[in-house]
Amino acid sequence: MFVDISDDPQATPRAMAGRAPDVFRPGGWVPMRCHRDDEPVDFVIVGTGAGGGTLACKLAEYGFSVVALDAGPYFRPLEDFASDEAEQTKLYWTDDRITDGANPLQLGSNNSGKAVGGSTVHFAMVSLRLRPEWFKSRTLLGYGADWPIDWREMWTYYEEVEQALKISGPITYPWGPKRPRYPYRAHPLNAAARVLARGCEALGISWTETPLATLSAPRGLAHPCVYRGFCVAGCSTNAKQSALVTWIPRALAAGAEIRDLAMAGRIEVDDDDRVTGVHYHREGRWRFQRARNVVVAGYAIETPRLLLNSATDRHRDGLANSSGLVGKYLMTQSNQAVWGLMDDEIRSYKGPPSLAITEHWNYEDNGKDFFGGYAYMSQGPLPQLWANTLAQARGLWGARLVEEMTNYNHVAGLKIVGEMLPQERNCVTLADEVDQYGLRIPRVTYSWCDNDRRLIDHSLAFMTRALQAAGAKDIWAQEDDTCHLNGTARMGDDPRSSVVDADCRSWDIPNLWICDGSVFPTVGGVNPSLTIQAIACRTADRIHAMARRGELTGSSRRAAQTRTASQMA
Amino acid sequence: MHDRSRPPAIPDRYPGYDVLTKRSGPSWNDKTREVIAERLSVTATPLFLSAGEFQLVRAVAARIVPQPSTRPPIPVAALVDRKLHADIADGYRTDGMPRHREAWRRGLRALEAEALTAFHRPFTELSEGMQDQLLQRAEAGELKAADWGDMRSDDFFKRRLLRDVVLAYYSHPAAWNEIGWGGPASPRGYVRLDANERDPWEAAEAEPGHEADAARTNRHVR
Repeated sequence: MFVDISDDPQATPRAMAGRAPDVFRPGGWVPMRCHRDDEPVDFVIVGTGAGGGTLACKLAEYGFSVVALDAGPYFRPLEDFASDEAEQTKLYWTDDRITDGANPLQLGSNNSGKAVGGSTVHFAMVSLRLRPEWFKSRTLLGYGADWPIDWREMWTYYEEVEQALKISGPITYPWGPKRPRYPYRAHPLNAAARVLARGCEALGISWTETPLATLSAPRGLAHPCVYRGFCVAGCSTNAKQSALVTWIPRALAAGAEIRDLAMAGRIEVDDDDRVTGVHYHREGRWRFQRARNVVVAGYAIETPRLLLNSATDRHRDGLANSSGLVGKYLMTQSNQAVWGLMDDEIRSYKGPPSLAITEHWNYEDNGKDFFGGYAYMSQGPLPQLWANTLAQARGLWGARLVEEMTNYNHVAGLKIVGEMLPQERNCVTLADEVDQYGLRIPRVTYSWCDNDRRLIDHSLAFMTRALQAAGAKDIWAQEDDTCHLNGTARMGDDPRSSVVDADCRSWDIPNLWICDGSVFPTVGGVNPSLTIQAIACRTADRIHAMARRGELTGSSRRAAQTRTASQMA
Repeated sequence: MHDRSRPPAIPDRYPGYDVLTKRSGPSWNDKTREVIAERLSVTATPLFLSAGEFQLVRAVAARIVPQPSTRPPIPVAALVDRKLHADIADGYRTDGMPRHREAWRRGLRALEAEALTAFHRPFTELSEGMQDQLLQRAEAGELKAADWGDMRSDDFFKRRLLRDVVLAYYSHPAAWNEIGWGGPASPRGYVRLDANERDPWEAAEAEPGHEADAARTNRHVR
């Protein structure tokens, strides 16, 4: 097979001239429908991760013309991914960003992605549903904000995503309303997962095999997970069901165009307050893609950044921002851990990092002195991550550090994904400095509230008991870590207190949509990727239904008619 | 705090284990071979740092990750230099921190100024105890010479110096041997996942007093 050895996906776009990389074949290509910049497409989507990648697929399959832009490279995992933590930092969004506040966030690794497929290319694959009550946490549980979507509707979209990604999970899930069977069987437990199980059983709470987006049986050209343990550094065997190897190949097959190394800088809006397309930087110059609708799916920092950077004289505070809430209510999730040493060899580097989970404290409300919940999972840090954790969180350096590192194969840990409360003061704004494209960089401000601290304290105390019960020694707590990012363009029922409606449509600009974790009014205590993809599937269905009823903008209605005519021809 | 001024007592827990013996086998794909070969070929000539800065980083790295004398040292300073040369950033900086290249330049300049103020000698000529003392004061945010500007010394120590040095050390196969990590694992992953199980291509841990047994096993790791 011909492989172009000068082909550097980080330097030169790959998806060009009627073809895109075939992610399943080294050096391979698949055909791709291409559009001219001056040809208005139905949808230009900014971002190809869990939100944008999913939506691009679904809209293309409904017959809309779609161009999806991603600032990152278009990788073929089989040939481009090394088994190496340092090399694989190429998957992260490492452009300049400033963090401040009382608890400045760490960005770049576990909460960003710069590649076609977004951060799903290196996510830990944990695929959880939100607890039903969380969609009405204000009304039912007394905190946060209600979602404008009913949980039963979300339940059907969760099922669609679980099927699309062939999630491997347990036969029965211990918490919440009955859910359908997971498509693929659960993965075997590694030793680190057995430590979690032992602790839960000793303390009398349920645990289960984690529902994961990595294959436990063959699927198409991808073989099952080989338990190499580099999941968060990118999967080089394609077992991981990232957007790159699931939604995006489907999107291409349905006629969507993907443009890699294409950085969106500004959304254009006309005098009628309709967006007309996106200015983007590719191959060293600024270009403009015309579109009847624009979808922003850049995740909780780049989404508000693009909306704010698109300010005009008529939209001085940025687009879609009559509520003043674009960039506000940023929510991360707490990611604290307890670690200890086992007499047994654990070798937690083998297998996906979080093979076992308990959601006990997501579903149990008694015995809590805080709002919200948390899940905790077994862990499998690779050496660089583990050494840096010991250095940063435990303050080890010098002889103590290199000595402690020799216990690596005996380490077991439990780590939460915890709910943090939405606070208006936690936000993304624009700094005065500019990045390599000349665009103002984001400033990300974050401070924990008392409730956040109480949740963290509860989790650390509980997990310490669990790890003790499992037989760990030399237990210590990692008290300062956070992970996923959500909020900054929240959905709601009221244009005064939300940025988009339940359909992810801007209240202010009817042909501008936001489809990623930015729209979450609350985060819950579970990893957000499954919910982001479910929201994207729902948004696609809503757009499809609106188009059929002629409820998109006038030009879109014409497009719908044209499309129907061409399909009939 | 604990005494940092002693050489590391690194137990030889995985005697004879060399992750590089797997280099040509099914645990390493071509991309991995390429990037590790490049890492192993790094020379001691800096590409980003000046000669003086480079010597200072070497001295600092020797305190952060002291190395045993029983094997060739990992070229930590050179690996830090290559990352700066390639301009690989973290993805964020806290308020007051310059971008990473400037942070290193300024932090090294300030550390040198602090050494001259406190001990009237360059950092590289200080005893290990004095070097550790300065680094501990940086860690505690106690260093305030004008050269720091608005960068706090504890931010520089934790977010830049400590992080980059530690990541550099544990990016090297010699460090992987020390901790008994399986190393690169694609396309071949692992089969035995449970406690106290090892695949034949993983490091065997020595039981105290039975180092020779582990060494024999580790000779067959491929």
